[in-house]
Amino acid sequence: MKAIIIDDEPLARSMVKEYLQVFPQIEVVAECGDGFEGIKSVINHKPDLLFLDIQMPKINGFEMLELIEEPPAVIFTTAFDEYAIRAFEAHAIDYLLKPFSQERFGKAVIKYLGQPAILQQKKATSQLAQSPTHLPLQNDRIVVKTGGKIKIIVVSQIVYMEAADDYTKIYTADGVFLKNKTMSFYEQSLPANSFVRTHRSYIVNVQEITRIEPYEKENHLAILRSGARIPVSKSGYTKLKAVLGI
Amino acid sequence: MPTSVLKTTRFRTAFGIWCSSWTALHFYILTKIGLSYHVALYDSVVSNLLLAGATIVVAVSLQFYLPESNKYSYLLGLCVVLSIIWVSISGALLLFLLHDATAYGAFFSHSILVRGAMGFLTISCMALLNVLWYTLQDQKETDKRKTEAERLSKEAELNNLRQQLQPHFLFNSLNSINALIVQQPQKARAMIEQLSDFLRGTLKEQKEWIPLEEELQHLELYLAIEKVRFGHRLSTSILNEAPNAQLPLMLLQPIVENAIKFGLYDTTDDITIVIEAKRKENNLILHITNPFDPETSVPNRGTGFGLSSVQRRLYLLFARQDLLQTSINNNLFTTIIKIPQP
Repeated sequence: MKAIIIDDEPLARSMVKEYLQVFPQIEVVAECGDGFEGIKSVINHKPDLLFLDIQMPKINGFEMLELIEEPPAVIFTTAFDEYAIRAFEAHAIDYLLKPFSQERFGKAVIKYLGQPAILQQKKATSQLAQSPTHLPLQNDRIVVKTGGKIKIIVVSQIVYMEAADDYTKIYTADGVFLKNKTMSFYEQSLPANSFVRTHRSYIVNVQEITRIEPYEKENHLAILRSGARIPVSKSGYTKLKAVLGI
Repeated sequence: MPTSVLKTTRFRTAFGIWCSSWTALHFYILTKIGLSYHVALYDSVVSNLLLAGATIVVAVSLQFYLPESNKYSYLLGLCVVLSIIWVSISGALLLFLLHDATAYGAFFSHSILVRGAMGFLTISCMALLNVLWYTLQDQKETDKRKTEAERLSKEAELNNLRQQLQPHFLFNSLNSINALIVQQPQKARAMIEQLSDFLRGTLKEQKEWIPLEEELQHLELYLAIEKVRFGHRLSTSILNEAPNAQLPLMLLQPIVENAIKFGLYDTTDDITIVIEAKRKENNLILHITNPFDPETSVPNRGTGFGLSSVQRRLYLLFARQDLLQTSINNNLFTTIIKIPQP
């Protein structure tokens, strides 16, 4: 059974490795100091289990998981207790608060080993991307993968979003990015005073709107600074008017 | 401006009742001493309407100008002047309206002193009532401000405490110690000592100003702990060319913490954090420089993260907005603060 330890503190990683010595069936195949390395390593080694810190350079633990297509089972190790709910929403096996004891760590690993079907757990973790959560976005940014690279989009740089089946297309000045989350997820998690779902398939950054024109019977079109023309439904128009204060 | 007593419903009702009963009493007395209903009606209505007007003038002027406690003679003067004006106007008006009533002129001259006295009493009564009202309002306002200020300072103190304790820093350090205990017991022991010294420093009795040397020593402990946590990645350079300088408590630490957050927690390379202290004229100038990862975090040019509270403190202490400056040069973020020496 393969495991990877991802933590930006070398001592914290060595601690996990030391505690793992009593579980010879688990082999540590890699150690990583940040989320970027973590992704590469997960793709290379296809581990069964991750020991994952949350606050890390580049991208945090949650953002890292979002970018992995079929994430392995995860045990979070962190000094922050405020992410516990989010962690369990991500179907983490366990959430260890630093500093933790050998016993507490052992319980988490035994919980993992005792899972009736580990494969099922894997599937559950990959649902992280779709699990609706009302928590605001971490650090006001969205992390996407484009080609082999990772791109960090600051929320204020988003021009608009368009639905594409179970994915969402994110339009920015730097290009268009695809993310495996739904429109309703973004409708709930983006700041409501600057993003409005004007249409079933569109969310618009209101700062980008230059004018709104009537279109066909009861609909409107929002014209953006970039020149893009975004459909606005009847209910979308009501929401838009409320946010713009008109 | 405080709300006028004239705007309260209770006062308006009382004022109305008072006006009408005063008029009725006036009318009754005049008929009792033998004046005709016609004359008594005119006299009572005109005099009391004008008197009501005079009291309103008092109330309004007190809304704009409330005499200080030792200047009540002004108030007395105002009441006397208003009473004289009232008697004159009501006399002129009544004599004009009732010029055909026999002997009314003589009656008015006879009663002028009584009228003047009554008018003065009524007007000063109103003045007194208003002074009380506005003083009470002032008092309430001051109390409110005081409570607000106290609440704010409590909050700040609490926040301060919470920040000083930095639970995440503490738990992560304990985790490192936990790892070191087995692998390098001597180092674990050293780190416990450093952590204890650092915590003791934050719990010390708080003076408003502290010597720069002391603050730098305290920060060195903090940085030494971070060095253990992040190994070789962190190096620091502290240069103090400002002997005997002083600085307000808890001013430099948030800036250094900010430098650690952007420079160390959010980067992956080896980094150096530089702290330089210089003296220029009567100012202590501090430069704090840290690298940052432009790919993932772009510090706010104005306030960076967590620097707005520093800016606020500097403003509260010195009433100046220009004491905190930041600059970005390639991947280096520099915070410069200027502290006028006491």
